[in-house]
Amino acid sequence: MKGTLAAMRTITAPLVAVVLLLGCWQVAVMVADISPFLLPRPTVIAHSMWSNREVLFDATLSTATAALAGFALAALVGIIGGSVIAAVPVLRRSLYPLATILQMVPLVAVAPLLVIWLGFGLPTAIAASAVVAVFPVLASTIDGLRSVDPGLREVFLLAEAPPWTRWRKLDLPASIPAIVTGLRIAAGLAVIGAIVGEFVSGYGGSRAPLGIVVMTAMREARTELVFGAVALCAVVGFVLFGVVSTLGWLLLRRWHSSAQHELE
Amino acid sequence: MNSAPEVVCEALSRRFPNGVCALDKISFRVPSGGLTAIIGPSGCGKTTLLRIAARLDQSTEGQIRCVSRDGTPMLPRAGQLAVCFQEARLLPWRTALENVALPLELAGVDRAERRMRANRVIHAAGLDGAQQRMPAQLSGGMRMRVALARALVTQPSVLLLDEPCSSVDEFTRMQLDEEIRRLWQASGATTILVTHSVSEAVFLADTIIVMEHGRVHATHTVELPQGGRDRTSLAFSQEVEFIMRTLACAAGVARR
Repeated sequence: MKGTLAAMRTITAPLVAVVLLLGCWQVAVMVADISPFLLPRPTVIAHSMWSNREVLFDATLSTATAALAGFALAALVGIIGGSVIAAVPVLRRSLYPLATILQMVPLVAVAPLLVIWLGFGLPTAIAASAVVAVFPVLASTIDGLRSVDPGLREVFLLAEAPPWTRWRKLDLPASIPAIVTGLRIAAGLAVIGAIVGEFVSGYGGSRAPLGIVVMTAMREARTELVFGAVALCAVVGFVLFGVVSTLGWLLLRRWHSSAQHELE
Repeated sequence: MNSAPEVVCEALSRRFPNGVCALDKISFRVPSGGLTAIIGPSGCGKTTLLRIAARLDQSTEGQIRCVSRDGTPMLPRAGQLAVCFQEARLLPWRTALENVALPLELAGVDRAERRMRANRVIHAAGLDGAQQRMPAQLSGGMRMRVALARALVTQPSVLLLDEPCSSVDEFTRMQLDEEIRRLWQASGATTILVTHSVSEAVFLADTIIVMEHGRVHATHTVELPQGGRDRTSLAFSQEVEFIMRTLACAAGVARR
């Protein structure tokens, strides 16, 4: 009972803030008489979202699919690749600095290349999402694996555990806090990558994703629809981030201090 | 009949690449089933010696080996030689029971049997009721008990204890020493105990080796019955005093 009450309070505070902000926006636009082309009122945006609900629903589904698939790909490649790089000294020396530097490269600029390789459509959006999201996972996996307590390593060394067993029972579980941090960053980036991928790969039709809806609405000067689509992009990001955070918390709550106060 | 091997250390030296000589031609032997305590100041090479015995480090000269009862040399397999480190070194994501069962799990023992054997040592180590607790929920003394239980779960014939009580208070240390004594006697393992505490050494050991600068400074046989050593008895204090004097001589601070 106490937990539910605390959880309700956690949710209520930001909700009230959002409502207040929207209210201020509404009043400000009305008082200052700003053109709806520049900044439509929240009520207008809401109305437009409702009347375009079918298009927006399909678009959200498309973008969510791309972001989720890109995120999953990034997680898989990041964790496996990071484990291999951390395990092989030659790779660690050569590829680890590279992975850190590559994080600085604005990878969204690679998106047009992906169109050349994968064509116009969902695969490009997935690939763009994965490319942007993979490096935080890779870097945090390597960091996590490198900082496994050498004392615990010795416990496994004494038991003459083979490397694969040690990875499964020591290295991976010990790195989960770091990997979860990387995955949380990747969740946000995966949505950005997917939308950039959609911008450049421009696939339309009945299942046009949010990125395309944003572009089309902009060209048609329907600012309220741009806002609506952007809001749904944010929702996709929130949901993905929320799912990853919750899964991370479930994995860590029994032993890791980072999960002890998460829900307060 | 005890089948534990004798541990023989022959002219063992360890020089680190930076020129520091941690061990300088150390020789001693621990008889089958015996408990030898190694005592000395920090940095005298105690821990290095134990690490070489556990094959976590290598000697530059000489060797430390196990000789079985019939005189043949033996190389302990995983599980036959166990180490209890200075820190408990538990996996924080596993319960006490799962931590204790880890060596059995790594040796491929099936689930039902490792549960049974782990529960048996947990009981012996006085940890009943703590099976499902996480290491973070245990006190320092309890964590050391779990580490001790984990070391003993494979029924090793050689046991290496590296200052197992250095992180707990004096009160808990005395209780843990009782536990160590019972568990060691029940296991029959040939044991080397590295410690800072003179009273702990006198309480547990048959033989005490005082080390200094990587050498054996003195070897002393504790003339007390293994069964009922009483920390409050006169004989016990005399032994402690004798070792203290030896340490003071080694440290160059003895006054006569």
